[in-house]
Amino acid sequence: MSALDILAIRKDFPILDQQVNGFDLAYLDNAASSQKPVQVIETIADYYRQDNANVHRGVHRLSQRATDAYEASREKVRDFVNAKSDKEIVFVRGATEAINLVAQSFVRPQLNEGDEILISHLEHHANIVPWQMLCEQTGAKLKVIPMTLQGELDLSGLDDLLNEKTKILAVGHVSNALGTVNPIKDMISKAHAKNIPVLIDGAQAVPHMAVDVQDLDCDFYVFSGHKMFAPTGIGALYGKQDLLEDMSPWQGGGDMILSVSFEKTQYNELPYKFEAGTPNIAGSIGLGAAIDYMNALGIDRLAKHEHDLLVAATAKLEALEGIRIIGTAKEKASVLSFMIDGVHPHDVGTIFDQQGVAIRTGHHCAQPVMQFFGIPATARASFAFYNTMEEIDALVDAIKKVQELFA
Amino acid sequence: MSNGDLRDLYQQVIMDHNKKPRNFRDMSDANHLAHGNNPLCGDVLVVYLKMNDDVIEDVSFQGSGCAISVASASLMTEALKGKTMAEAEVLYEQVHKQMTGEDVDSSTLGKLEVLGGVKEFPARVKCATLSWHTVHAAMESEQDTSVTTE
Repeated sequence: MSALDILAIRKDFPILDQQVNGFDLAYLDNAASSQKPVQVIETIADYYRQDNANVHRGVHRLSQRATDAYEASREKVRDFVNAKSDKEIVFVRGATEAINLVAQSFVRPQLNEGDEILISHLEHHANIVPWQMLCEQTGAKLKVIPMTLQGELDLSGLDDLLNEKTKILAVGHVSNALGTVNPIKDMISKAHAKNIPVLIDGAQAVPHMAVDVQDLDCDFYVFSGHKMFAPTGIGALYGKQDLLEDMSPWQGGGDMILSVSFEKTQYNELPYKFEAGTPNIAGSIGLGAAIDYMNALGIDRLAKHEHDLLVAATAKLEALEGIRIIGTAKEKASVLSFMIDGVHPHDVGTIFDQQGVAIRTGHHCAQPVMQFFGIPATARASFAFYNTMEEIDALVDAIKKVQELFA
Repeated sequence: MSNGDLRDLYQQVIMDHNKKPRNFRDMSDANHLAHGNNPLCGDVLVVYLKMNDDVIEDVSFQGSGCAISVASASLMTEALKGKTMAEAEVLYEQVHKQMTGEDVDSSTLGKLEVLGGVKEFPARVKCATLSWHTVHAAMESEQDTSVTTE
């Protein structure tokens, strides 16, 4: 496996080449949202310059081109996660919408009072709140797989948590707050042994590792485009075809129907049944372009470089006095959450910004994780394949600046 | 792009009040109190007031937050003690104006002038105003009340 030419790659990301507050920008907030290569930007611009029209409707040329490009992107997504069929890929606004869709269309009709929904302590709010809403609507109970001080899932009680009342296990592939990679394949197989379906929130995983939904055997897999170098407002839901077939539509409207009369509406076939209204066509095409871009570089090579960055950054932070790394799981991807002794993360974020270092400070939409550690927030650096060792040095310099100011 | 100088934001007075917040305590005989919450950064604080008629006889706070929010709350308690509600409201307005970059007669602000550094850091204005919004809510209500900024 040859190494990546990072400097050449960075030329594809024009936004990275700028100064912030007099320093070269070090963009280390990729877990919040990633930057977009010119290949994605230009694909979207070309679509609007040349092909823009509504999909699945007109017989005219532009509509056909738009439809072809939209459906070609669906095929790219299918290949990207190795789904069996295009019918199993539903375009959505992002992981959040996909989880809400599954909660309402798949789980809700099966729920009775006293049934259980199982999530984990590591989840992003997007994989907590839709289930809480569902519990309020149905009288079901939310159960939570606990976590350890290292930031790993504590699976010792999983056998009991997966029981005859459990109607779904919904768990993240990679923790956005701590970077923990969860052993989802094993968890899926344990859930399936008790006929419990599983949804995987892959928002934080797809930018960093190859995903094979058939190998995982998950029932649903959801992710957002904007964290994987595609535009905001587009994402995908993978669902096993037989499950999607049995589900009612999520929203009603145009494009999701075969025929409509005031007496009876016949729903469209998969996946269009779940895509009411004019979809985010440009976003979908941009997502396809992002997948092409990642594939051309090789996802395994991207992952290797990111792993090297994470290992180097972790070692450098561990070598500093007064730094506490939050989340020390054996298997981690891309994320380094930390505290600087005596300094609130929000102050860290401002001082970093003055040094051109962009990180996220806050609870990362994972307040239960913060509560577990008894902290209000962390500073979080998160890496993408276009980051460099020099940017890790900028991170370390920024930490020293904070410590100097707060000495 | 912010051109603010970090030393304008993190002035010595701010750092001192962050390290050693004044009036940082519970108040068992408080007759007004309010909770302040900034969900964006997780800052939470409680402001306690002991009002004697119209006069703020005592004011204290507890909670956790960034240096700016803790120092702002600490400075606020010092400034408000002994003031009437009307005087406190005027001060509240002056501080708010200063933080959002409006012209203010600095002689009316005294030590609170150091909070003006946040105006160059728009993302941090909410940190500095949280305690002020909270004390405002506490004065307005006799019950336990809460405010949220984000």
